[in-house]
Amino acid sequence: MSELSCAIMITVNGEEMRATVEARKTLVDFLREDLGLTGSHIGCEHGICGACTVRVDGTIVRGCLMLAVQCDGARVDTIEGVSDTGEIGDLQEAFQKRNALQCGYCTPGMLLTVQELLAKGGVPSREAIREHISGNYCRCTGYHAIVDAVESVAHARAGGKS
Amino acid sequence: MKPAAFAYAKARSLRDAITLLGKHKKGARLLAGGQSLIAALNMRLDAPSVLIDINGIEGLDEIHLKKGWVEIGALVRHSQALHSPIIAKHVPLIAKALPHIAHPAIRNRGTIGGSIALADPAAELPACLVALGGEAVITGPKGKRTVKADNFFKDLFETALGPRDVLTAIRVPVASSESRFGFAEICRRRGDYAIVGLATSARVKDKELSDIRLVYFGIGSKPERARKAEAALVKGKIDAAVAALDDDLDPHDDVQATGATRRYLAGVLLKRIARELAEVRL
Ligand SMILES: Cc1cc2nc3c(=O)[nH]c(=O)nc-3n(C[C@H](O)[C@H](O)[C@H](O)COP(=O)(O)OP(=O)(O)OC[C@H]3O[C@@H](n4cnc5c(N)ncnc54)[C@H](O)[C@@H]3O)c2cc1C
Ligand code: FES
Ligand code: FES
Repeated sequence: MSELSCAIMITVNGEEMRATVEARKTLVDFLREDLGLTGSHIGCEHGICGACTVRVDGTIVRGCLMLAVQCDGARVDTIEGVSDTGEIGDLQEAFQKRNALQCGYCTPGMLLTVQELLAKGGVPSREAIREHISGNYCRCTGYHAIVDAVESVAHARAGGKS
Repeated sequence: MKPAAFAYAKARSLRDAITLLGKHKKGARLLAGGQSLIAALNMRLDAPSVLIDINGIEGLDEIHLKKGWVEIGALVRHSQALHSPIIAKHVPLIAKALPHIAHPAIRNRGTIGGSIALADPAAELPACLVALGGEAVITGPKGKRTVKADNFFKDLFETALGPRDVLTAIRVPVASSESRFGFAEICRRRGDYAIVGLATSARVKDKELSDIRLVYFGIGSKPERARKAEAALVKGKIDAAVAALDDDLDPHDDVQATGATRRYLAGVLLKRIARELAEVRL
């Protein structure tokens, strides 16, 4: 069977739902347009900028390079979800404190990306942090403050001082 | 919504995928990681009538050690390969190359098979497959066949895959204590496609180098072996090898770099790697 529209069952931020989506609809368009979850941003729509980063079944992906139909049966977490659960509260606070965001356009994608790195545990080197966010463009901060914020949270989570 | 409308079909098995390819003919595309295909659809560089999703086909996402070869399933994702102890131990060239492929979120989806099947001339893995003397394992309507990497990459984005073929795995020989590998690339931003890159393998026995394969990417229409440079390097002549690149390569101009810059950088990479390989002579 091949269809222009498909019925899917998807769990978004812990809430299971059914939806009918056009096959060509990307995951980030589905989240923004159909569910009103506009925290995931859209920049380039071809994988370069990272603004659309969301988590599918626990790993970060480009929301613009995955189709909503491919998420049938999947668990999707967006910035709204991880904000509500408090999972990244410390990161958000550090970003604010250290001016790691200005316009905020890149921030949701950036936060989900660094959370994946920090969830591995330990304190990554500044080099490793930069490497991990290499696919997330920020046109405001110059990255330095972002690396500072991530590093301080890594130390804090590892039990040291921030 | 950027792509033109298409239908979606989830293949339940390899056979199902091949049947669907036959049914939809020219309008069908296989969807693996989608990290190149969906980008192309979003830019409307392509407008297929149906996408056949091969994600989830059983058995295609495994990495096995088999009688002197490592077989990497087509649906193994870059990040999965990056964390594989089998690849780290037995295929060090691919282990060296993987961190250079795109960024974490893209490596979480992009597949080894997608990279090989797409055959982007600036991609790392096609060059590694040629440098390793590896093979592509393909299943089509008439069954399974194996194609050597040297014959697999035909031209710009053109491979030995026919319209109804599915690449199911790549196979590469296990590294031995005599194997030596080198990998280097130059790009503007970590994770970008290379402006120029070089994947090499060689053998060393009694302090002598042999079986050198120098395979460039980002510098022609497909992975390019620099055979004259290889011949010079076997004799330990690094400068002659760099000079021979004039004959071996035909670098192109594009927005990233001129052909002349590429030619120069190809020499820089060769010197770096030659030094790495030469250390074995001490
Ligand atoms: C921002 C960005 C940066 C990137 N940087 C790099 C880089 O530095 N180096 C690099 O190598 N790649 C890079 N990529 C590409 C990435 O590695 C892709 O994952 C890869 O090229 C294609 O794999 P895929 O699984 O995503 O394939 P898809 O996009 O799903 O498919 C690509 C093509 O191959 C065909 N195909 C896929 N699987 C099979 C199969 N099993 N049998 C037959 N045909 C098949 C598809 O039909 C399609 O035509 C980058 C991508 C992005 C978006
Ligand atoms: S919008 Fe998805 S990477 Fe830019
Ligand atoms: S804060 Fe403006 S793009 Fe990063």
